[in-house]
Amino acid sequence: MKKTLFAVLIVIVTLLAAGCAPAAAEQPAELVVMTHDSFAVSESVITAFEAAHQVTVTFIKSGDTGAALNRAVLAKDAPIADVFYGVDNTFLSRALEAGIFEPYASPLLAQVPDAFELSPGNEALPVNYGDVCINYDKAWFAAQGLPVPATLADLADPAYAGLLAVQNPATSSPGLAFLLATIAEYGEDGYLAYWESLRANGVVVSNDWESAYYGNFTPYGGGQPLVVSYASSPAAEVIFAAEPLDEAPTGSIIGPNTCFRQVEFVGILRGTQQRALAEQFVDFLLDVAFQQDLPLQMFVYPVNTQAVLPEAFAQWAESAPAPALLDPALIAENRERWIQAWDQAVLR
Amino acid sequence: MTPSHNPPAAARRPFRWAALKPQPALVLWLLPLVFMALFFYAPLAAVFGRMAQGFSAAGLGRTDAAGYLLRVLGFTLWQALLSTVLTLALGLPAAWIFARLRFPGKHALHILITLPFILPTVVAASAFSALLGPGGWANQLLMALFGLSQPPIQFMNTLGAILAAHVFYNVAIIIRVVGAAWSQLDPRLEHAARALGASPARTLREVTLPLLRPAILSAALLVFLFDFASFGVVLILGGPQFATLEVEVYTQALHMLNLPLAALLSALQLACTLVLTVLYQRVQGTRRVPLLPRFSDELAHAPRTRAERLLLWGVLAVLVLLILLPLLALVLKSVLLVPRGGGPASFTLEFYRELFINRRDSLFHIPPVAAIRNSLVYGLLTVLFSLGLGTLIAYALERPGRLGAVLETAVMLPLGLSPVTLGLGFILLFNAPPLDARSFPLLVPIAHSLVALPMVVRTLQPALRAIPAHLRDSAAVLGASPLRRWLEVDLPILARAGAAAGVFAFTISLGEFGATSFLSRPESPTMPTAIFRFLSQPGSLNYGASMAMSVLLLLICAAAIVVIESILRRSANAAQR
Repeated sequence: MKKTLFAVLIVIVTLLAAGCAPAAAEQPAELVVMTHDSFAVSESVITAFEAAHQVTVTFIKSGDTGAALNRAVLAKDAPIADVFYGVDNTFLSRALEAGIFEPYASPLLAQVPDAFELSPGNEALPVNYGDVCINYDKAWFAAQGLPVPATLADLADPAYAGLLAVQNPATSSPGLAFLLATIAEYGEDGYLAYWESLRANGVVVSNDWESAYYGNFTPYGGGQPLVVSYASSPAAEVIFAAEPLDEAPTGSIIGPNTCFRQVEFVGILRGTQQRALAEQFVDFLLDVAFQQDLPLQMFVYPVNTQAVLPEAFAQWAESAPAPALLDPALIAENRERWIQAWDQAVLR
Repeated sequence: MTPSHNPPAAARRPFRWAALKPQPALVLWLLPLVFMALFFYAPLAAVFGRMAQGFSAAGLGRTDAAGYLLRVLGFTLWQALLSTVLTLALGLPAAWIFARLRFPGKHALHILITLPFILPTVVAASAFSALLGPGGWANQLLMALFGLSQPPIQFMNTLGAILAAHVFYNVAIIIRVVGAAWSQLDPRLEHAARALGASPARTLREVTLPLLRPAILSAALLVFLFDFASFGVVLILGGPQFATLEVEVYTQALHMLNLPLAALLSALQLACTLVLTVLYQRVQGTRRVPLLPRFSDELAHAPRTRAERLLLWGVLAVLVLLILLPLLALVLKSVLLVPRGGGPASFTLEFYRELFINRRDSLFHIPPVAAIRNSLVYGLLTVLFSLGLGTLIAYALERPGRLGAVLETAVMLPLGLSPVTLGLGFILLFNAPPLDARSFPLLVPIAHSLVALPMVVRTLQPALRAIPAHLRDSAAVLGASPLRRWLEVDLPILARAGAAAGVFAFTISLGEFGATSFLSRPESPTMPTAIFRFLSQPGSLNYGASMAMSVLLLLICAAAIVVIESILRRSANAAQR
């Protein structure tokens, strides 16, 4: 009895394991792309690239923006991938200082506005951008008869006490972007005083976007009708609504200097054995097919000016007309210090 | 099944174990040692080597390093101590009612209390938030009852949330480990004490608890080490005001890229684990408490006295409130559609359907069947690996000698190493064929086994120590071969503990996200991966689908626990007959 059961168990495990094992057929060349957890792409778009270049593309998802980059930096002596996609302008300097990328001047950069090209040596090429903004719960503000705050200064107003949820900039990419927006608005001398006033006004901090959005935001049963997220989140709320909606249930505050623009870059990892394929893949990311696929997959905007926005995205997504700007060199120099000072001012 | 008193065939020549005599412990240790050296100590050395590179040049990157380290260490120890005390306070009475009382729904409840183990912290946070969050049921009820305008209960991001979640996650360890020992404790000892006039309290204090001490200490150490190394609970439920060593290693290593500081924190955590394990060995000593193999529930009876009934209902009430209600909240969230802008919720299966739809032709859509299959394969392989290695280690630890203590510590250390550090070690070491995650798919269950192994050994050890020597001796005198002695004396006693260990190994594997996410094999995503993928984008459909996937994870896990337990129990009862 016992033996039979064990035998059955072992057979089941073996069969299931065999089902998991990759087919041992002759395989085409492989291109390994390291990226963050939020990366998404249509199957048909990648299949077209694979067929055109006789290659299998394997994606290694390695945590959020900061974590994925740091893994690439840690493994730079023995790179586990050929291409890295997903470093943003808040972390770009770390990638460039660590020297993990080989320069590549893609011809497709001609279709990208110069403002996005933040790596002068073309080590990292811009792919997409998105604005980190404060989202608000429309129904909540309507029910309370309270005007939606319009500026960062409004958030420190006692009328909005205890209504804002943000993320820890030490552990969250949108959290860091929002901290940078406040530094752009109030300057290095004033941002800590501003955060102290937010703290006095009862700002709620969580460590990650998921906890802030699905835990603290009022549409999901939380206690705060204002949350740091993306300008495109209201579009996702319509597209991924459990019941059809004709209006987004949330909105973004996109006034001047309230949002921070994140630009994401791709780079060829130093030491790749697949340089030619890696270049083709970078071109593919900058080209129209992938650029038009981006918005509905990752809810970000394409940098290629030739790309046309999908209808659903164009209808619902917003982007800030005048996002906060900070010199990448300044960010590089002060990032850790700003985060530590923020930690002292807001959490301790 | 043949009766155990059958004399062996006279012609059978006994296997010459004497040939192995020189170092029998070493033989038992060989396989586990090679495994640990290759998959734990080598990556550990690699990551510390790499992290230490920047030590002199960069410094620690903080001016207040000493105060900061003390603050983090102090909080880590403090919350672990509080959590362990609370877990014991609920776990010990619960272990008794499961070991000694019969009540309706006992078997189902025993399985349900193990389920929290597999829940990713984000999901557990959602469940607690549905109950106790600002818009949760408790607050809504209180606000409606007393006409309050603000939610009265502040639960999320408090120390209370951390403690409640730790009890939620770990009380099953106490109930299963101590309960397994309690249900096999020879009741004649207690009866004798009572007959000699000892009060129930005195019997408990002077007979029962001393006899259970090895199991209690063992389980308490595990719970303490789990709480000590707590990561997700502190990060997500505790919020940014609270940081354990593990959380700081993660922040410093992966976000601030301050590797020297991460290495220092990681080393501090390992050192603490080491000290705790050595202390435990000192306290535990080599006490033996004889247990007798029993059929399950042999010693259980229906509650007889008022005190027993009171205890039973009290413990059940707490278990229901703390464990069943959050699980129920998840189930409700996965089938209820709350209309935007208010109105009554309606029943829906939309979120379950959504799991099967690849809405955007995404390359990364995870078909639920594939996720379930991958999770099950990893889980069962983890059970096989960790039970196999764990049994060898538990036997080796039974051999007297100093070597045992050193090696025991070596096996416990993985509990004190953050998955972040271990994951980085794996990346640095296993990044090329044949030993990388993609060409060596076993790396994932191996990483899970590493995490499960200390727990498996701890669960098997008290049972093994308890096998009465006279049973083995009688069997030997009657001429049973060593294999036969093992099958018919050791196995029946070990099987109950083995069932608990196997269930733990399986649930650790099913819920494990830390190590897996480092070894990510995009072609075989697991159920926790699927849950996270849904949660990483806004939208009520994504949120609902993540809840639906979590409920599937719970159901699959419950079904698997039933199967694993019935296999191991059956083998125990069969061997006994």
